[in-house]
Amino acid sequence: MKSIIKNLNKVFESRIRLGVMSILLVNDRVDFNTLKKLLNVTDGNLASHINALQNKKYIKVKKQFLNKKPNTSYAVSELGKKAFNDHLNALEKIIKKGVDF
Amino acid sequence: MNNQKEHLDNLSEIRSLMERSSKFLSLSGISGISAGIIAIMGVTAASIYQGYSFFERTRVTNLLKPTGGINMDFMLFFSIDAIIVIILALSTSVFFTMRKAKKRKLPVWDSPAKRLVWSLSVPLVTGGVFCLVLLRYSLVFLITPSMLIFYGMALINAGKYTHNEVSVLGLFEILLGIVALFFIGYGMLFWVIGFGLFHIIYGTFMYYKYER
Repeated sequence: MKSIIKNLNKVFESRIRLGVMSILLVNDRVDFNTLKKLLNVTDGNLASHINALQNKKYIKVKKQFLNKKPNTSYAVSELGKKAFNDHLNALEKIIKKGVDF
Repeated sequence: MNNQKEHLDNLSEIRSLMERSSKFLSLSGISGISAGIIAIMGVTAASIYQGYSFFERTRVTNLLKPTGGINMDFMLFFSIDAIIVIILALSTSVFFTMRKAKKRKLPVWDSPAKRLVWSLSVPLVTGGVFCLVLLRYSLVFLITPSMLIFYGMALINAGKYTHNEVSVLGLFEILLGIVALFFIGYGMLFWVIGFGLFHIIYGTFMYYKYER
């Protein structure tokens, strides 16, 4: 059992980080406010989770000005795609093996 | 054991977020019904103008001049009728969709909505130009089948960014368009079925499935 758990990525343990990754996987680019609305979280909360993902280089940040207002958008990196996929595969294995617990 | 339930919850959350963030789900069923009714009214106007019902076969003499070329009076009426139908159908659809989004406190003009409009417009504009060229060559009897086929392809294309049922509607429009190719002269009847009846059936189905 320990070997299965080992494949779960610690970085994705929070629901919000899981949410950010799943949204970014199906969209080319998503900005901060859209993420906030979809996940229903506060600014500070989301920012700290995004920071954690960014430090791991799982997501890429793009800062620009839209109509003279700063706009920050995010995209998933190749590394992040692979890490998230591995994590999902591990989750799937655990659920399949679950019956034996 | 508890752990397993938590993982399952996480997975269903992931699935729902992926769908909500990449698809435009505020498309209202009532939009379909209103577009269908407007389409039928448009054809009714055309059939009154021509003086016979849309179950009858359209006579060539109405559309083309004996000397060849298109009967301009008829074309002018038809074009104005078509433009009014398109404007009314589009604006009521947008109205009901915005109302549904507002009710659910969802953004209307987000990126899935933009992708939806783009994936609809490319085949639709192509089809529009294609039909105008058919008109240019006086191939009026091919216009309704072409409209149905291009519209169906637009819906199949757009189905990726909204409810999957839109793709199913698209498939039916294409099939009807192909059938219409074999019944030349019954353009008005196929218009009523494809743009009227199909929209009303689709809209009613969607309304009961997602909005009740």
